[in-house]
Amino acid sequence: MSNRVLEVCGLSRIHGNGCPLCVESTGPENDTNICPHCSSVVAVHGVSFDLFRGEILGIIGESGSGKSSTVKMLYFDDTPTAGEAVFFDNGERHELFRQNAAQQRSLRNKRFGMVYQNPHLGLNFQVSAGGNIAERLLMSDLAHYGEIRRRAQELLLRTEVLPERMDQNPKTFSGGMQQRVQIAKALVTRPPLLFLDEVTTGLDLSVQAAILDLILEIQQELNTAMIVVTHDLGVIRLLAGRTLVMKHGRVVEAGLTDQILEDPQHAYTQRLVASSL
Amino acid sequence: MSYVAIKGGKAAIDGAAAVTEFLRGRDDSGEPLNLSAIECQLRLLTSRVVSEGGLYHPRLASLAIKQFQGDTLEAAFALRAYRSTKPRLLATPVQNSTNMRCIRRISSAFKDIPGGQMLGPNYDFTLRLLRFDLADEDPNEFRSIARKFLGALPEADLPDSFPKVLDALRAEGLLPPVAESRNEPFDITREPLVFPVPRSAALATMARAETGSLLAMAYSNMRGYGDVHPTVAELRVGYIPVMVPHPVTGEPMEAGEVLVTECEVVAMYESGKADCLPTFTLGYGACFGHNEVKAISMAILDRSLQKGMQDGPENPSEDPEFVLLHVDGVDSMGFASHYKMPHYVTFQSDMDRLRTTQGKARAADQASQMEVV
Amino acid sequence: MNIHYEFPLEEAGYAFGFLDEYAKKEVRRTILKAICIPGYQTPYASREMPMGRGFGTGGLQLTLSLIGPDDTLKVIDQGSDDSVNAVNMRQFVQLTCPGVEVTEKLEEATLIQSRHRIPEVALTESQVLVLQVPYPDPLVVVESSEARRKVMHAEADYSRLLVKLYEDIVHFNEITISHRYPTRINRHYVIDPSPIPRWDIPKLNQSPALILFGAGREKKIYAVPPFTVAEPLVFDDVPFRVEDFRDEHGQRRACTRCGATDSFLDEYSDDNNVKIYQCSDSAYCDGQLAQHQQREGKA
Repeated sequence: MSNRVLEVCGLSRIHGNGCPLCVESTGPENDTNICPHCSSVVAVHGVSFDLFRGEILGIIGESGSGKSSTVKMLYFDDTPTAGEAVFFDNGERHELFRQNAAQQRSLRNKRFGMVYQNPHLGLNFQVSAGGNIAERLLMSDLAHYGEIRRRAQELLLRTEVLPERMDQNPKTFSGGMQQRVQIAKALVTRPPLLFLDEVTTGLDLSVQAAILDLILEIQQELNTAMIVVTHDLGVIRLLAGRTLVMKHGRVVEAGLTDQILEDPQHAYTQRLVASSL
Repeated sequence: MSYVAIKGGKAAIDGAAAVTEFLRGRDDSGEPLNLSAIECQLRLLTSRVVSEGGLYHPRLASLAIKQFQGDTLEAAFALRAYRSTKPRLLATPVQNSTNMRCIRRISSAFKDIPGGQMLGPNYDFTLRLLRFDLADEDPNEFRSIARKFLGALPEADLPDSFPKVLDALRAEGLLPPVAESRNEPFDITREPLVFPVPRSAALATMARAETGSLLAMAYSNMRGYGDVHPTVAELRVGYIPVMVPHPVTGEPMEAGEVLVTECEVVAMYESGKADCLPTFTLGYGACFGHNEVKAISMAILDRSLQKGMQDGPENPSEDPEFVLLHVDGVDSMGFASHYKMPHYVTFQSDMDRLRTTQGKARAADQASQMEVV
Repeated sequence: MNIHYEFPLEEAGYAFGFLDEYAKKEVRRTILKAICIPGYQTPYASREMPMGRGFGTGGLQLTLSLIGPDDTLKVIDQGSDDSVNAVNMRQFVQLTCPGVEVTEKLEEATLIQSRHRIPEVALTESQVLVLQVPYPDPLVVVESSEARRKVMHAEADYSRLLVKLYEDIVHFNEITISHRYPTRINRHYVIDPSPIPRWDIPKLNQSPALILFGAGREKKIYAVPPFTVAEPLVFDDVPFRVEDFRDEHGQRRACTRCGATDSFLDEYSDDNNVKIYQCSDSAYCDGQLAQHQQREGKA
């Protein structure tokens, strides 16, 4: 059985009407996302990559690079204007953008996990922390209260959320703890694919470090494939085995993280690496 | 075993009806209300009921007002219920309000407009000072009002109809051209509202909505929970001829006329689509009878709902579900009133739940106290 | 307004069954669709009736569309034929459908319209029960947008509703929903069974009678067809419990009037502040009393 989890080909997203000149008038060489002819925004163009089981792929870029837009499309928060993506799961092929809405929701709820930078997107602030995790379990037909409780407790323990906070509403939690609850919630269905979008941005450095360590441990335990989106080289360095560097919607460089950091080829990557030292 | 009486509901209802009728009948004047008096002397009240009842029958509206002792919600309700029983004979084609025989026509957008600003009947510039001379009105004086007015009418050559102010703005390109719609207007009396709904459904719902509900929502938008910033391009009140096709020849013929209030509001401009220039946006309100506050509120809400449907609602007045599902007077008043009905079985069920929950909490408390000891 | 225009008031009368035939036809077609998709809230253009929205206009439209000259109608509210709302309804049907029989005896009825209760004695295959519904959608407590609720129903995604039950158990060690207990029909759509108490929920399951739900204000009709599975939402390890009518000694209370210990009891205080418990289903109570008197007569 192949180890490939995800195969993405030519993923593109244009906001606006688009015109035949959009692609050639935008991108890193033209230093813009906005087409000068029709004012459409080329958020993502021609992104292709593979992801393998147990691997962490990093996507790094500044804001406007298209890194978040890419992952949003794969998680069905947005629809691509072009491109394909295939998800391999238990010997089955799922062509993500050919699925109907119900199939997409099923994949999203049961086989993918997503952790957002903004906890309001990933958490339900009308229920307790435990309730958030329960909600995800209830989507996958688990109907035993005791078992749901046990699984939620287990995961919150694993993500180092204090047990007495399980029944409290996450709006009273610190930013770091809210992210921990999000991670627990994302992992509870044991998904083979996890998306993490700027999950430590905005948190204190020590909290960031703890969360990053947690993510690494989980990846080693569960062998989950992950895509980590960030603008922070430090996060890439710690987590990602391979990395894509994006600018103005395109991938400008791709390869092993170590190589990219030691010996960046593209001018932009060189500037990025230099500026972080 | 004691026997508890569980009968008597019918007698109670009959008694209630009798005492309600008594309250109507104990008027010292001894004069039953004349339907024509309600229709004429309380014309604005009748307008409101005709509009909220959704049936143009001023005489039945005045009957409803008399029967329900002036409660507009009940009267509109009675008219609506009556309408339910009437089969539909035909649907008219879309009518043109440019042909309105105006009794009032103003514009705030311009100092003067082709055809002139015709103030007509309104209280806008009246001082709200009580006229105590109306308390004991002499019937002869009353009868002479109409006679004196008609006798003193100056010679004037008024046109039969007036052009629409908006047409001038359209000609200049400041408003988008009228969109041709091939769809039939949505019939809210035959189809339930399933969101998202087309604009015709929103307008139809608001046309027979309860005036206060529409006003409150529009007011929220005016005060800042919204972005419309309206200018009244034209407000007109008058009689629109109802044209129907002749049953044999198919030629349009006038079946009668209906009194309508119509308001067109111009709002913030927005950037046009791809290669079009930006234009003003438009809000439209219209209702049966003479009811200006309702037409203006409706026009503002029409604009805010269009914005909400296009860009996503940012305020309650822009959210079609929030507005359209809560402005119908018959629905809202009915539901508010239903809380007066017996709910004791459900309450019994609630008490059972609470007692059980309290029981468990008490047991848990006792258990933890025993542990401490 | 147009003071020269006169409409002859005498011609403004009412038709048989109050609703016009097109309205009834639409309701019947909606009923058929609802039966074909058990538990699905089928939209229809609900007409205004002479009683207020919230007073049972949905149930009434169902009754008026179904009732015919061979029918015998029973109307109850809170279980009682004599409750003011039931009296009002029954009089209206008698007024607009001259010739139709009415009854208080369940066994004589072919059509039963009820608010907030299902009769104690089981219904038969030749009966139709119409329930009055204020809120058709159980998801309305977790999602205010109807468009989003429709998607949740279509995908049978009730996780947000189940989470509410989870939270109840966490905070109160109990599911605190008393009436309107969300019930899954035919293993897909979850309905709000109208404000009937938990006591009546088991009667929905495998009922020989057709059970119809009419929401006038919300403009929806839904159905639990005969012999259909109807399961209250529970967790595998937290069973569904009906109301508890035991006193502080654990003894099941009896109806003060007829002695029955197997019916839903109304509780109220008399003029001396003594608690009285009485069968909510007044016809059932009458029947029990009649049986006792018969037995005492024989003895």
